[in-house]
Amino acid sequence: MKKTWILVASFLAGILTSPLQASTLDKIKNTASVTMGVRESSGGLSFAMGDGKYGGFHVELCERVLHDIQKQLGLPKLEIKYQVVTSQNRIPLVQNGTVDIECGSTTNNLARQKDVAFAVTTFVEEVRMAVRADSGITSINQLNGRNVATTTGTTSVQHLRKHERATGIDFKEVYGKDHADSFLLLATGRADAFVMDSQILAGNIAKAKNPAEFKIVGEVLSVEPIAIMMRKDDPAFKKAVDDSLKAMMRSGEIAKIYDKWFLQPIPPANVAIGLPASEATRAAWANPNDKPMEDYAKK
Amino acid sequence: MDLDWRVFCRDTIDGEFVRGCLGDAERITYLDWLLSAWGWTLSVAALAWIVAIAAGAVVGVLRTTPHRPLVILGNAWTELFRNIPVLVQVFLWYHVIPALFPLLRAIPSFLLVVVALGLYTSARISEQVRAGIQSIPQGQRLAALALGFTLPQVYRHVLLPQAWRIVLPPLTSESMNIIKNSSVAFAVSIPELTLFALQAQEETARGIEIYLIVTGLYFFSALLVNRILHIVEMRLRIPGLIVVTK
Repeated sequence: MKKTWILVASFLAGILTSPLQASTLDKIKNTASVTMGVRESSGGLSFAMGDGKYGGFHVELCERVLHDIQKQLGLPKLEIKYQVVTSQNRIPLVQNGTVDIECGSTTNNLARQKDVAFAVTTFVEEVRMAVRADSGITSINQLNGRNVATTTGTTSVQHLRKHERATGIDFKEVYGKDHADSFLLLATGRADAFVMDSQILAGNIAKAKNPAEFKIVGEVLSVEPIAIMMRKDDPAFKKAVDDSLKAMMRSGEIAKIYDKWFLQPIPPANVAIGLPASEATRAAWANPNDKPMEDYAKK
Repeated sequence: MDLDWRVFCRDTIDGEFVRGCLGDAERITYLDWLLSAWGWTLSVAALAWIVAIAAGAVVGVLRTTPHRPLVILGNAWTELFRNIPVLVQVFLWYHVIPALFPLLRAIPSFLLVVVALGLYTSARISEQVRAGIQSIPQGQRLAALALGFTLPQVYRHVLLPQAWRIVLPPLTSESMNIIKNSSVAFAVSIPELTLFALQAQEETARGIEIYLIVTGLYFFSALLVNRILHIVEMRLRIPGLIVVTK
């Protein structure tokens, strides 16, 4: 009886921890395939273009990185499988080996570094707010007594709460179930501001019926380095990815790819997000690093 | 897999551990938030239940009256509200109807979701009430009318006291369902358990602990309703009339 329990326990422990020790490069070499984690709708970073195709700034960067790795390994052919991930399952899927390289919109922070590894930062996100252009709001300090929309399951609202405690401004949080829903709250007047990553705000404004009715204003609530995510403790793979990204940063190739996804019209609606690379993003390209969000906050 | 249950003792803003787990006026812990979310879930469910029972009883009765227009009205009500998914109904009440009637914008989303969930459930309860009334032999209604009861009196003194007892078991299921269905309220920004789970797991990166507790609370709430209504069922039973097996 006791033996059975030990067996069951070790089996469960096996499922739950999935000790996957083989290195990712070996796995890619042996199977001639790799699984890329992508997002359904993470603005210009990673999104579904329809027809089972995925695109975006990070997706294209990953495709180029994987192309470099294919050359490095001397593989005649490398099949890239696309696996959609959500913000809830992306870390477990990378940990258990379902996804080899996640190319979405994951913030590099200390808590996550315990579970996964991040490539050098390729995009720096700034959390700001979108308001209706005629509302006259230009600063967070004007939000006293107003409704502020944000999306359930994102960390933006946490920054806002911190700010609330620090400044004593009292506002009411309204949660949309996804970004489109939060933007609808702003558009219909149920909320006076929508606090979110600026590239998501810019994307939603671009898709609005009349983009001139909205604008992005106010202080930067938080700065978050967004990076490509990989399994922890696989230095060879991380080096291969980092080297490929650093080469693109040096050659200026990365700016061209950024331009393609953030300043040119993109499918499915063929509108441009219209968000030039921020100073912080350019700084990350100039000095490649994988510093977590906490280091940005210290400044 | 390591579970870290102390996550509930963390402050919701800076993530620091708070002594005693429960915060105060200054600090709010995830445990405080969880309890308040549970309160919202129970409030939405309880108020929607009252709306559902009241509307469901009236509509159910209408559908068994001998007046054809009333029957058609009751049938239309039931089919309208039970054939549209509850999440869609919540969105209709929240986004569409206030756009058509700007006056309704002032109504808090809490009341809108209570009405939406209540009316959706009322359609299902009306169906049960109708079935309960129709399961009573037609002879009882006719005999009561022959004795000089008015139609309202027939319902009040003869049909409904029996029908309610007959439909108590399915009504119990429906009352448990309303607790689970109240999770749709997250979509219109009610800070209830589902919204808490989605938000807190993202903030703390401790999804498994949070979902386990939230699942447990839903289970416990539904079980509590089940037990209460079971006692009601036992208390109200009339020996020899409707058999309740223990």
